[in-house]
Amino acid sequence: MRDFNGLPKWTPFVAESRIENGMPADRIGCVRNFRLKDGGVIREQLLTLSDYDYQCSYSILESPMGVENYVATLKLTPVTDGNKTFAEWWAEFDCAPEKERQLAQGIGQGVFQAAFDSLKNHLRK
Amino acid sequence: MIRVRRSAVIDAPIDRVWAVLRDFNSHSAWHPAVGDSRIERGEPADQVGCVRNFFLKDGNHIREQLLALSDRDYISTYSILDATLPMRNYVATVQLKRITDGDRTFWHWESTFDVPKGREREFEQLVGGGVYEGGFAGLRSYLNGGRSSAAVNAVESQGVVATGFGGPEVLQFRRVESERTRSGEVRLRQTAVGVNYIDIYIRKGLYKMIEPPAPLGMEAAGVVVESNAPGFRPGDRVAYACTPPGAYVTMRTLPAGQLVLLPEYINDETAAAVMLKGMTAEYLLHRTHRVRPGDVVLVHAAAGGVGLLLCQWAKALGARVIGTVSSEAKAELARANGCDHAIISRDYKFASQLETLTAGRGADVIYDGLGREAAKENLEALALRGHWVSYGQASGAHDAFPDLTHKSGTLSRPVLFHYTAEHLQEMAGNVFSALREKTIHVEVRHRYPLAAAADAHRDLEARRTSGQIVLLP
Repeated sequence: MRDFNGLPKWTPFVAESRIENGMPADRIGCVRNFRLKDGGVIREQLLTLSDYDYQCSYSILESPMGVENYVATLKLTPVTDGNKTFAEWWAEFDCAPEKERQLAQGIGQGVFQAAFDSLKNHLRK
Repeated sequence: MIRVRRSAVIDAPIDRVWAVLRDFNSHSAWHPAVGDSRIERGEPADQVGCVRNFFLKDGNHIREQLLALSDRDYISTYSILDATLPMRNYVATVQLKRITDGDRTFWHWESTFDVPKGREREFEQLVGGGVYEGGFAGLRSYLNGGRSSAAVNAVESQGVVATGFGGPEVLQFRRVESERTRSGEVRLRQTAVGVNYIDIYIRKGLYKMIEPPAPLGMEAAGVVVESNAPGFRPGDRVAYACTPPGAYVTMRTLPAGQLVLLPEYINDETAAAVMLKGMTAEYLLHRTHRVRPGDVVLVHAAAGGVGLLLCQWAKALGARVIGTVSSEAKAELARANGCDHAIISRDYKFASQLETLTAGRGADVIYDGLGREAAKENLEALALRGHWVSYGQASGAHDAFPDLTHKSGTLSRPVLFHYTAEHLQEMAGNVFSALREKTIHVEVRHRYPLAAAADAHRDLEARRTSGQIVLLP
């Protein structure tokens, strides 16, 4: 998950991705430019990456979703009991009030949970 | 410095797990390594700064202080004050997180502390393995209704015991036994206990409902910590009003049939304050007599605990509510609670005023908690075919009831527990609904630590209180 350019490998909805300006994918400030399978293009910037806390956060620069000030964080915590991993992914953003519910549901279930499900399968392989 | 971190996934919703873990004194019920535990100075187990004083099963003795508690972030932080183990500067944090994928709980437990040089590994294992991992297993088994080894022992409880019949001075806060649950029983850690005037009658020996030494108290709310009955699980919030007395305790084991589950919108203090009086008003107005719109309802002691609820609820049922009270201040209170007309009388004289107010009709139903001194006036105040409901005897027991023939009157002598015996769930449900719809309301105005029950009695007897009183274990 620390590979900021790795979305096509483990999420079900990203068709292709590249890091702009040829920067390394773990360089803070780098921008990933990826295309969804439904055709939409999203540009996101890496804000923090911690190999110590297993955490990264990023913001959306451009997207077709109609969100502003979008900052998301992905964090892993060890579950010592059984040597598993607890993964959390959360985001804060502004949007038109009438779209709040739909976006929260769409991002929470459609993106984060769907990616978790896909990651679980990916790791089982 | 040693840093120990352990974490686990518990297959239960976060609120169930947190209900147990937020209680700083619950560990003796679920942690297999913990023996007797108590909170010092009788403080509530969720009061930041409180100290739990406990023994480990291996004989070690530890005092730990609650440093932080967050119901918002599901965090509890505590430190060791003294221990018979060579651990210094120990600060631990328990944090839960909701696992949205499957409605489970992530539990993170970590600490930092110092130990004598060379013993780091030993203590890392002791704390991480014995305490934290042992705790994960213990809580899982506890939540599954299984018994952890700790639950097999009688759990220490503390309570306010009447050591004899008499004044408030007979009440003593001391250790009491809390029985293991047998089949069909549930054990609660109580969070709020209601105080009623009947507790004082019992303490004085007027109602022979206990044999001292025995704890007082008719009603309380709490959290299930051990269940041996279907329908109740650890973490469930419940309340009860029942005989025999014994509610002035921190832990109580009861037959599941006495308990009702609390809806989210009823808090523990309200539940502890309303069970007895609310269900009394419920059966008096709906079961002993079914109050209909237009009925003239006479409520004695209309500003008292039950009286106020009767006024509120009878008014909402469409009755014309007339009350008797002993002062102008109480008349005002009664009127603010649905009483259409309050008769002020200090000598149990009210029949002629009632006759005037109702143009000679009298009261279709009289809710009488006064007893002997008001009997003659009640008979006069009763309408033809009226219903005299004598549910209490504050002025003394009736010698003999007068002849009701000349009014074709009906007399009832109801007792709450004969109604709850069959209709408890429905009655409690009606009280909770009436609270939610604001048909009735109760106000908890006085809170005392459980250990200060004698002070609560003194204040209640001296009429220094108004509104409901609860004790906080």
